[in-house]
Amino acid sequence: MKISLQSLSRWVDTGQDVPALSHALTMAGLEIEGQSTVAPAMSGIVVAKVLATTKHPDAEKLTVCRVYDGQQEVQIVCGASNVRANINVPLATVGSTLPNGMQIKQAKLRGVESFGMLCSAKELGLAEESQGLLELPDDLQIGQDIVRALSLDDVIFEINLTPNRGDCMSVLGVAREVAAQHGVQLAMPEQPAIKANHDEVFPVVIESEGCTKFVSRIIRNINPGSRSPFWLQEQLRRSGVRSINAIVDITNYVMLELGQPMHAYDLAKLQSGIVVRQAGADEQIALLDGKTITLKPDVLVIADHHQAVALAGVMGGLTTAISDVTTDVLLEVALFQPDAIAGRGRRYGLVTDASQRFERGVDFNLQERAIELATQLILECAQGQAGPTHVTGQSSIVRRPISLRHERIDRVLGHVISIDEVTGILASLGISIISESKNPMVWQVVPPSWRFDLSIEEDLIEEVARIYGYDRIPAKAETVATHLQPITETQIPVERCALLLVDRGYQEAITYSFTDPLLQTALLPDALAMTLSNPISAEMAVMRLSLWPGLIQAFQQNQKRQQSRVRLFETGRQFSGDGSQETTVIAGVAGGLLLSKQWAAPSTQVDFYDVKADIEALLVLTGRACLFTFEKATHPALHPGQSARIVCEGKSVGWIGALSPMLVKSLDLVYPPVLFELDLSVTFITQIPEFKEISKFPLVRRDLAVQVEEGTQFAEIADLVRQSAGPLLKELNIFDVYQGAGVEKGKKSIALGLNLQDTSRTLTDVEVDAVVTRVVNHLAQRLDARLRD
Amino acid sequence: MTVASNDIEVLVAHATAEIRACSNLADLEQIRIRLLGKKGELTNQLKSLGQMEPEARRIAGAVINTAKEQLAATLDSRRDGLESEQLAKQLASETIDVTLPGRGQAVGGLHPVTRVRQRIEKLFSRAGFTVVDGPEIEDDWHNFEALNIPGNHPARAMHDTFYFGDGRLLRTHTSPVQVRAMQKMHAPLRVIAPGRVYRCDSDMTHTPMFHQVEGLVVDEHISFANLKAVLHDFMKSFFEADVGMRLRPSYFPFTEPSAEVDISCVACDGKGCRVCKQTGWLEVAGCGMVHPNVLRSVNIDPERYTGYAFGMGVERLTMLRYKVTDIRLYFENDINFLKQFN
Repeated sequence: MKISLQSLSRWVDTGQDVPALSHALTMAGLEIEGQSTVAPAMSGIVVAKVLATTKHPDAEKLTVCRVYDGQQEVQIVCGASNVRANINVPLATVGSTLPNGMQIKQAKLRGVESFGMLCSAKELGLAEESQGLLELPDDLQIGQDIVRALSLDDVIFEINLTPNRGDCMSVLGVAREVAAQHGVQLAMPEQPAIKANHDEVFPVVIESEGCTKFVSRIIRNINPGSRSPFWLQEQLRRSGVRSINAIVDITNYVMLELGQPMHAYDLAKLQSGIVVRQAGADEQIALLDGKTITLKPDVLVIADHHQAVALAGVMGGLTTAISDVTTDVLLEVALFQPDAIAGRGRRYGLVTDASQRFERGVDFNLQERAIELATQLILECAQGQAGPTHVTGQSSIVRRPISLRHERIDRVLGHVISIDEVTGILASLGISIISESKNPMVWQVVPPSWRFDLSIEEDLIEEVARIYGYDRIPAKAETVATHLQPITETQIPVERCALLLVDRGYQEAITYSFTDPLLQTALLPDALAMTLSNPISAEMAVMRLSLWPGLIQAFQQNQKRQQSRVRLFETGRQFSGDGSQETTVIAGVAGGLLLSKQWAAPSTQVDFYDVKADIEALLVLTGRACLFTFEKATHPALHPGQSARIVCEGKSVGWIGALSPMLVKSLDLVYPPVLFELDLSVTFITQIPEFKEISKFPLVRRDLAVQVEEGTQFAEIADLVRQSAGPLLKELNIFDVYQGAGVEKGKKSIALGLNLQDTSRTLTDVEVDAVVTRVVNHLAQRLDARLRD
Repeated sequence: MTVASNDIEVLVAHATAEIRACSNLADLEQIRIRLLGKKGELTNQLKSLGQMEPEARRIAGAVINTAKEQLAATLDSRRDGLESEQLAKQLASETIDVTLPGRGQAVGGLHPVTRVRQRIEKLFSRAGFTVVDGPEIEDDWHNFEALNIPGNHPARAMHDTFYFGDGRLLRTHTSPVQVRAMQKMHAPLRVIAPGRVYRCDSDMTHTPMFHQVEGLVVDEHISFANLKAVLHDFMKSFFEADVGMRLRPSYFPFTEPSAEVDISCVACDGKGCRVCKQTGWLEVAGCGMVHPNVLRSVNIDPERYTGYAFGMGVERLTMLRYKVTDIRLYFENDINFLKQFN
């Protein structure tokens, strides 16, 4: 919200120190987000009077003017169409500088000398667009500097108001805060009641509890199409409001000044009388902004006897709007319940100055003052005859008192504020103390009519602290009872898993939790995902079922940025199709070069086994890596021949595989990535390690090379070897897989190393041979394996 | 005997010259065998002593033994010489360029937001806070109602909420975790809740997803002064600098009193710069005393217990800590960006 310093100073002594004022408001919770001047810097521009005009002898559109600049008469050539004798206009004298930096010099225009330039509002930086010269009020002193004459040395504060402070959405409200801060009185000007010129009133019926009070007044015979005087336009401009016509401008001005929204109807368009009521089901209304909306019964409307004519507290209707031919006006100053207005406008995409104020609450003692001010201004600016003020509904509201315990202030703030100081702060805020009891000190108070955010003791404590100054409350460390937090050793922290991947060359990514439905469906064609009703874009419309879509996109982007080696991982949640399950997973993607380009290692591309080694390293963290198996399985996103389900004790905990070649192609990837994912909570459970005796006896190693069917999986062989060898087998490793010369076509040769050991004695050759023979026999019988020489 | 003695002298002289001229260990060994081996020249001489008279044998023996020792010493010294020459040659041939880069896998890094989140978690954990979490797909009650933000509350306009159309939504802040933690753990409690939050807003300074860390302490004697102390401690520890801090009155429906937390600008030491928009202050968190309605909504007696809560933006702190200038870089996952934090 924009508030100008000069408008504030009409209500309260703001002091001379602008930065101090700005700081004080910020520290009272009215954050000054920005500060700007009303007009750009300019010099040498004065108020001047056009004395006479003649046509330029050689130019159709130019006028030669005699202008009085307060000291002398000068000749000015002017191109504006509205230039005429006896108007006051801004004159940029010779040697002056316009806001755009232009220097004014003596010049000849089509052969006629011009000693300066008459200016438009745009040329002075007072408007984005303007037509013709800026016509100044008649009562300005000729020759006065324009900055002084138009009070352009004003400062505009941009205040970031919190939603609880509806009372500050006006000059009056902010001035009240300044007064409370400075401990000074508000200079509330007298508002005289306007005498009625006729006794006509428009009938008003309030049918809904959403409207507490409806104050109205008929003003007849205004000058149709009246424009606002300069000062009023300028006031609106400084508040960021566009000038429309005198009547609308005045209703806006009253709202900006007092915080009371109001509305003016073209009386001729209203039928019979006003009814404040809930909307009918599917009732329609055409609004001022040109939109027609369909209402629900929880929306409050102002209607005449024919139709809804305004969305109460939000926006007026189109049919009854003030136009350039309006002569008779009905003014409305209403008081609505915040609950009856809140959220209604937003439902239709309408957040208006009026709705923002009514939602937050409007001072219930302000309506009569507002209508008098508006009437006074209308009579000044557009003439007309005012009727009597017509009040319908309640005239006052009774508020529930709130108790404030002095002890509770100490307890919540952790700081003692003296009883006198509390009493003083309450008074400065207009909070009235209706009774108090001592020992312990308790105040019974009633908040002022303009505050709707004070209903419980804590609200008052905040007010006391706010005015007292948060800065003056000293910090105090808590006294915390010492007791150690348990640290579990059986769940591996996600940080450990992340660091392991980092150490193995992965870069952590963070991708959005919502993803592209097309890509996700391409990866997981059968799965349904949670869909956002209001996504930020179509590419971010569904919740991720897997971290892969995001990682693949990141992979793709990096590849486009010419990265020859991309290794990314992410830890985060994936969401089940119904949104009921959020599973934290660690997932990754690796592709391109295995090692960054270097002089002493070959440039090999990442393949399945490279990434599998990373997974195996992760599984080592669990201390039970032997329980995990990689089972050949197909996944729609993965290469059918290069994908595995990761299984632990019969339960699937993750996947690894090369991205399906079809997807590699459709995603335009230069090199195919290998993907993995592991469910963090079920995978990374570990047991507390338990010591086992170390054998003192020698380890015997026997190597075997067997030839098996090409399709035989290593896991089958390993399982069989382990089973056959029994407990003496301490370690089994595979040190070669070979196909080619010496091996039959369709077969492969596998070289195995068996490490045998007993904990209680040295194994004899006979024992070792027996084990090996058993292994060889079983391999031959069950897998048709042949020993190679 | 003089003849024999002369022979030996000649032999030693020849052999010594030969040994000195020898240029490799293999030849040297051959020489040794020829002279001192089992059938070596001197060995044979010794063997021949047996046929001599005892007196002559004693004299000749002494001569031969002296010669033998002399030759053995010459051989040893030549061997040492040759060995060190050979070693020097080997070392010279094995010399590598130690300035060439090492071989193998490079190390990656954590995302800057993770780095900062972990740092925050660590600092608070040390102060006795437990890390808790809650769902990211939330219901209206936990995200709004229980936090004293009823249906038409104007504060809802501050939260551009993502909805699913069935009443559920993406949490707009980590504050619902406060509610869940209190429901589960009751009072007293000291928790922080880091996590992803979502707002339907995307421009130069907003991403539709970001991270917050929520803090909540509820106990019998918790005050605003305590909140001030813990936050100031945190800011100083986090930035490893004696940063100034101020609390500025603000509004959150779930705290009362409420405050914005400003720290003196870490880029200019509070002098005023582009980062702090010349104000000298940076808004880094929101906080306040837990609203009695929130405590009541989870059956905690606000007369007995008071509490404070705070929430801070992780991306914001990351920007300040690492001088990142564009928030949108966080989720583009450009390796050139990510690597800078390794």
